[in-house]
Amino acid sequence: MPKLTVDGIEVEVPGGATVLQACEAAGAEIPRFCYHERLSIAGNCRMCLVEMEKSPKPVASCAMPAADGQVIHTKSEKVKRAREGVMEFLLINHPLDCPICDQGGECDLQDQAMAYGRGANRYEENKRAVTEKYMGPLIKTVMTRCIHCTRCVRFAEEVAGVEEIGAIGRGESMQITSYLERAVTSEVSGNVIDLCPVGALTSKPYAFQARPWELKKTDSIDVMDAIGSNIVVGSRGAAVLRVTPRINDDVNEEWLADKSRFAIDGLAERRLDTPWVRVGGKLQKASWAEAFQAIAAGLKGLSGAEIAGVVGDLCAVEDMVAFKDLLAGLGTTRIECRQDGALFDAGEPAGWLFGTGLAAAETADAILLIGTNPRHEAALLNVRLRKAVKKGGAKAFSIGPDVDLSFPLTQLGDDAALLADLPAAVVEAFAGAQRPMILVGMGALKTPGLYEAARAAATRLNVVRDGWNGFNLVHTAAARAGALRLGLAVDGGINALMGDAGVKALFLLGADEVNVQAGRFTVYVGTHGDRGVAHADVILPAAAYTEKAGIHVNMEGRVQRALKATQPPGDAREDWTIMRALSSVLGVKLPYDDLIALRARIATEWPDLATDGLIARTATLSAVTAPPLRGPLHHIYSNYQLTNPIARASPTMAACVSSLLAPESREAAE
Amino acid sequence: MTDFSDFSWTAENAAEAQRLIGLYPPGRQASAIMPLLWLAQYQMRDETGVAWLPVPVIEFVAAQIGMPYIRAYEVASFYTMYNLKPIGRFHVQVCGTTPCMLRGSDDVMKACKDKGLKKYGTTDDGLFTLTEVECLGACANAPMVQINDENYEDLTYDSMTAILDMLARGEMPKVGSQIGRTASCPDGGPTTLTDMV
Repeated sequence: MPKLTVDGIEVEVPGGATVLQACEAAGAEIPRFCYHERLSIAGNCRMCLVEMEKSPKPVASCAMPAADGQVIHTKSEKVKRAREGVMEFLLINHPLDCPICDQGGECDLQDQAMAYGRGANRYEENKRAVTEKYMGPLIKTVMTRCIHCTRCVRFAEEVAGVEEIGAIGRGESMQITSYLERAVTSEVSGNVIDLCPVGALTSKPYAFQARPWELKKTDSIDVMDAIGSNIVVGSRGAAVLRVTPRINDDVNEEWLADKSRFAIDGLAERRLDTPWVRVGGKLQKASWAEAFQAIAAGLKGLSGAEIAGVVGDLCAVEDMVAFKDLLAGLGTTRIECRQDGALFDAGEPAGWLFGTGLAAAETADAILLIGTNPRHEAALLNVRLRKAVKKGGAKAFSIGPDVDLSFPLTQLGDDAALLADLPAAVVEAFAGAQRPMILVGMGALKTPGLYEAARAAATRLNVVRDGWNGFNLVHTAAARAGALRLGLAVDGGINALMGDAGVKALFLLGADEVNVQAGRFTVYVGTHGDRGVAHADVILPAAAYTEKAGIHVNMEGRVQRALKATQPPGDAREDWTIMRALSSVLGVKLPYDDLIALRARIATEWPDLATDGLIARTATLSAVTAPPLRGPLHHIYSNYQLTNPIARASPTMAACVSSLLAPESREAAE
Repeated sequence: MTDFSDFSWTAENAAEAQRLIGLYPPGRQASAIMPLLWLAQYQMRDETGVAWLPVPVIEFVAAQIGMPYIRAYEVASFYTMYNLKPIGRFHVQVCGTTPCMLRGSDDVMKACKDKGLKKYGTTDDGLFTLTEVECLGACANAPMVQINDENYEDLTYDSMTAILDMLARGEMPKVGSQIGRTASCPDGGPTTLTDMV
């Protein structure tokens, strides 16, 4: 615990801390470009120079370990001059194109030039110009603006695990580029946009859309995967223009997956903005009253046993509670949320949660993946697993199709029989492990009996023990954990429900991943003209995740609240208000008229859903018997991009797919 | 060999590559990147007559030591000794750093240009590629140039022109000092400790 003095204030910092951290602890502001808390120390921008007594020259505080008795000055004349000098050098080649630069207004260089610069430039030579580099359809580059902080290079190498960005050349000719200017193949590549302290790397879809001060910023929760990333929705009027991450060390640290960041242009495409009713086999625009009458007519004479519901992947808890209450009023509790066909025990949360927790996953020391590709299914979980393997030295194994997870992984093959007869290497690694994890993917869980086999393997490998729960389901749907907590699951899963000829009427709440056959009276409540509307008899337009306040439960069972950023388009309404209005028409009026009353209703039955934090779960798993299994396991997604109605409507996601399918035809993708 | 994607070591170089990799402790094979690239560039010279490193060759070397391609490419692009573009038969590297400049490297450069060499370009006959480089460590005998693997020192406009002419005719000019100095002993004979000699 070194003690040092910063500007006359004595501070004590943990061993291994740097002088920069000590200065921050003492309340001194240190300008910096290359230093970043979550990346390794580069020490190449020199902006963080401070004066250290007994040192003849100013020292780079980010790279200087704090030591006992150091006396640091951050406000002296020498420091001021040093910073001015560094800033002048940085600006020698940086273009003065702030008025046409997308970083303008949130640019570290701009801010720090104002605060620490000389205000005038003595350099009269021509500035250096650097050609743009292609980095794929997500990242726009203006490399003349680059100040070579190498944050993007370090992020790609250390966090994303794709060593595809580098600095080529040297001296004045040094340039940052992706390897041979190919698109960066990471699912978290968009974070380099946030990391870039200047306007060299900016968002390609967001280019020239808005200035940061024009945007209304709303705290929200992402629904593109089941991580529950904390986000800020930047909107102007009705349009969501961008999504950026909020720091939450328990969930997404300060990163965001590319789909969460870039699929938002799908919010403005293919939207349902008015109710539709099928008349004589053709869909026709209708008013809300006409649509509700059509539903009442369609349900006429049907008993509760003939009605069923499916909830989709992006719903908020409020929507699902109102949906459940409406269908309960109609006499049925047959609602299913596992529309991907996954089969598992939906009862006790410990049996279906991501039990270890996202933050704890990076401390695991033995990892067994069963039919899951976390890179596609939960990109930020993969970042955590990578940390466990690369920093913690965890041993990782995978049963399932071969997969590149950007960290060393022993591929055991895709035969489900391996679960009952685990290779000696796995047994050995788990026997010596303190914090072992089993991760089961939704794709694998489509195989009947696989869940039981995974539970049995969890028991045999002793992954659930005192103070540690190593049994995890890798959910892909943001709504899934919340829906399961509400008990929206039926025996036999979605296939039993869809295959039951006794079901005459089907309600789909944003359910687009399920195959609906014609022949049933089908009501679709949702946001996009996607798969779910294909056979719908009545379509009710609803609000997307940015257009409503809602409670979301992520895969580890963390309850988080999103705020409403924009209005739904046209006649679309928030889902729970649709349920409430429809309930009056159907004569089963729901007892809540506003969100506060609805949340009070939730709090009475599921108090853990009404408070932020983790939902209740047991600490142990009961033993189960596993049937013999054979046959290959599959991943749930064949690609990362097109996994939900918003992403499928997104031109940016479509551009990503085409650039990956045909990396050579990049002109077409741009 | 068309796009060089089928590049692989000759038997002799394969053994040399193994020796170079073996110089470093296990897990640190990436340290061998520089000698391996150098070796590959020589093999390219022997096989194609042009000493350079096409991308597939860099990738071949990177793959051998388990290094991401971009990291190997960073190294190859950092050092001027690796040629990422095909060069002429003679790579004329003129030192323009201070000692050479003070002793007349401008004349040497002019001699090259008068012979039709262009900086960072190759002559039409494919013989000469001219680059200006930083200090090559022969300051005592400045000004100097390095042509392929040989140093030519104590140059003047005339001697540089003569060297280029000889090379163009296929002759081998005298290597080292062009004014008869041995190594870097004083110009015109010893000036100190003369009594002892």
